[in-house]
Amino acid sequence: MEQYEPDRLSPAQVAAMRRSFTNGRAALTRRSLLRASAGGALAAGGLGALSGCGIPAAGKTEGGTSGEDHSAEEKEVNFSNWTEYMDVDESGKRRPTLEAFAKRTGIKVKYTEDINDNSEFFGKIQPQLAAGQDTGRDIIVLTDWLAARLIRLGWVQKLDPANLPHAFANLSQQFRSPDWDPGRAYSYPWQGISTVIAYNKKALDGIEVKSVSDLLDNPKLKGRVGFLTEMRDTIGMTLLDMGKDPGRFSDDDYDAAIARLQKGVDRGQIRRFTGNDYTSDITKGDFAACLAWAGDVVQLKADNPDVDFVIPDSGYITSSDNMLVPNKARHKKNAERLIDYYYEPRPAAELAAYINFVCPVDGVKDELAKIDEEAADNPLIIPDKAMQAQSHAFRSLSSKEETAYEEKFAKLTGA
Amino acid sequence: MSTLTEAPPPLAPAAPEKKPPRKRGRFTPYWLLLPGILWLVVFFALPMIYQASTSVQTGSLEEGYKVTWHFATYWDALSEYWPQFLRSVAYAASATVLCLLLGYPLAYLIAFRAGRWRNLIMILVIAPFFTSFLIRTLAWKTILADGGPVVGALNTLHVLDVTSWLGWTAGDRVLATPLAVVCGLTYNFLPFMILPLYTSLERIDGRLHEAAGDLYAKPVTTFRKVTFPLSMPGVVSGTLLTFIPATGDYVNASLLGSADTGMIGNVIQSQFLRVLDYPTAAALSFILMAAILAMVTVYIRKSGTEDLV
Repeated sequence: MEQYEPDRLSPAQVAAMRRSFTNGRAALTRRSLLRASAGGALAAGGLGALSGCGIPAAGKTEGGTSGEDHSAEEKEVNFSNWTEYMDVDESGKRRPTLEAFAKRTGIKVKYTEDINDNSEFFGKIQPQLAAGQDTGRDIIVLTDWLAARLIRLGWVQKLDPANLPHAFANLSQQFRSPDWDPGRAYSYPWQGISTVIAYNKKALDGIEVKSVSDLLDNPKLKGRVGFLTEMRDTIGMTLLDMGKDPGRFSDDDYDAAIARLQKGVDRGQIRRFTGNDYTSDITKGDFAACLAWAGDVVQLKADNPDVDFVIPDSGYITSSDNMLVPNKARHKKNAERLIDYYYEPRPAAELAAYINFVCPVDGVKDELAKIDEEAADNPLIIPDKAMQAQSHAFRSLSSKEETAYEEKFAKLTGA
Repeated sequence: MSTLTEAPPPLAPAAPEKKPPRKRGRFTPYWLLLPGILWLVVFFALPMIYQASTSVQTGSLEEGYKVTWHFATYWDALSEYWPQFLRSVAYAASATVLCLLLGYPLAYLIAFRAGRWRNLIMILVIAPFFTSFLIRTLAWKTILADGGPVVGALNTLHVLDVTSWLGWTAGDRVLATPLAVVCGLTYNFLPFMILPLYTSLERIDGRLHEAAGDLYAKPVTTFRKVTFPLSMPGVVSGTLLTFIPATGDYVNASLLGSADTGMIGNVIQSQFLRVLDYPTAAALSFILMAAILAMVTVYIRKSGTEDLV
């Protein structure tokens, strides 16, 4: 499937398709398999503790520990990102926005696509960060809940607002103050992710799907409905449907949402819980409808006109992938300059035109219209006021809650 | 070969042979062992020790984990996840039996009847390994798709009514059911069954078949009394090579299964990476290892193939 490149799509769409099939959040990739099976014992556990002395406590330090900043003498920055999450030119070898940054600032970006899955990546960097070592990375991109965890553990550095003028000015309102990082002291969004309901018109055959309730209760959809293995997306959408606010819910609300989904599992209404592999199920029509990430839906729609999406009246869940500077990073200032660069309208528009996720930067619409008018009018990429009003974020969880909730959710999904 | 002829009466132990004086190469065997031992120490022994230690620790990510000899984790893990254990064994056993039923005739064909096609068929058996495990598994989602020809045919023949009644499938679909998981396991591990079977069948001397024929054995009897007993080492190693990895597999269950088909591998994976309950994950791994070891020991004892182990 790595070679799957239908030629009637634009390079950008092909890239996104490949991302959807082979990589992406929570997707089960070959790399994560290798790591989780063969290397799992070593990699996930932690190399420092072989002698049975346990895993060291997270060195909790307010504001993170900075290493010595070598930004001035070493004109480089190490950027770790998800696969297929950066604009690439026609040849597929050059990254125009990154090259423009290097040209302007003289800072060379070492760009690595080594994040495939939040949990897996956490397993990979956890031993180093717990031991207070440099990970060799200056910027990492992580989804909200994991970003929140790293901030909670004190494993990332506070950013210097003086180096982030554009980011400060242009960050969209809806991303400004997540409860896990008020005022964005540690993190800036790379892209936003909306969770919506996708459906396959052909498979639905006239059945109306407008809400999570329809997914869970309509007997005609029995065994043809999918939910996501990302706990916050699935539970968040269910909470919204039950009239609860995912931004402020209680343990009981959580349990009620689990119980509601469990009924769906027991009755055989829910076919299965998926990572990114839902894209093939919904395209083939094995799923008539499912929870989906909007960035994927934009691409799937381009490939298969039967696939479309709907935003429930009760609202939808928005999360973001966030840029963070881990402790002991060698080039913090260079990292901040790179973060700020992606908040200038032009590079932000070029990126948005290519990867089709929610652009977290204000004032991009005009620039984007010059590149791709259709994208500029797509509320999934540049959310309008109405879209923004319906967006909800999942509240941050304490360490205890996180363990308990993930455990319950794992049981629900059968693992 | 002891299965063929009566064992000869025990002889008096032979007089000890005169051993030629060996000066050179006394340490050669150890040098030859060294790479293997190093490999085992680094990639097997150390992780095992580390896992064992993890399984008796308590704590959290914030406070760190300390060894508290908390053996209750084992009991908790077992009482919580025994259904997944049973399911894993059941699925893996079904897949192993299916592999044997599918693989034996094929291995027999390659060994005795394929003639000049032998190499080609061998390549065909191995060819799927040229692509990734994951992609081979995903391909089954296309093959077994709801509207696809396979499911359509099975529905027309009312096969799915039967399997549905048995609880192997749900309604008129195959994907996201136990049957799909077992199919995926069978497919993915089939070559591990065929290759050892082929090796042991191929070693059988054709003259034994002729001899059996000369002694008026019918083909069926020849197979039952000569071929099959002689292929037992292949059967045993094939079943082990299939059963053991299949029990711990989690890819097939997560791609082809549903929330009701979770295997123990899925639990270990999610405990390790999502719930971050490292002790439970480690304890589950050890329970799985112990269970497999126990089952395999009994199996090898029963099947009595000493020349295998």
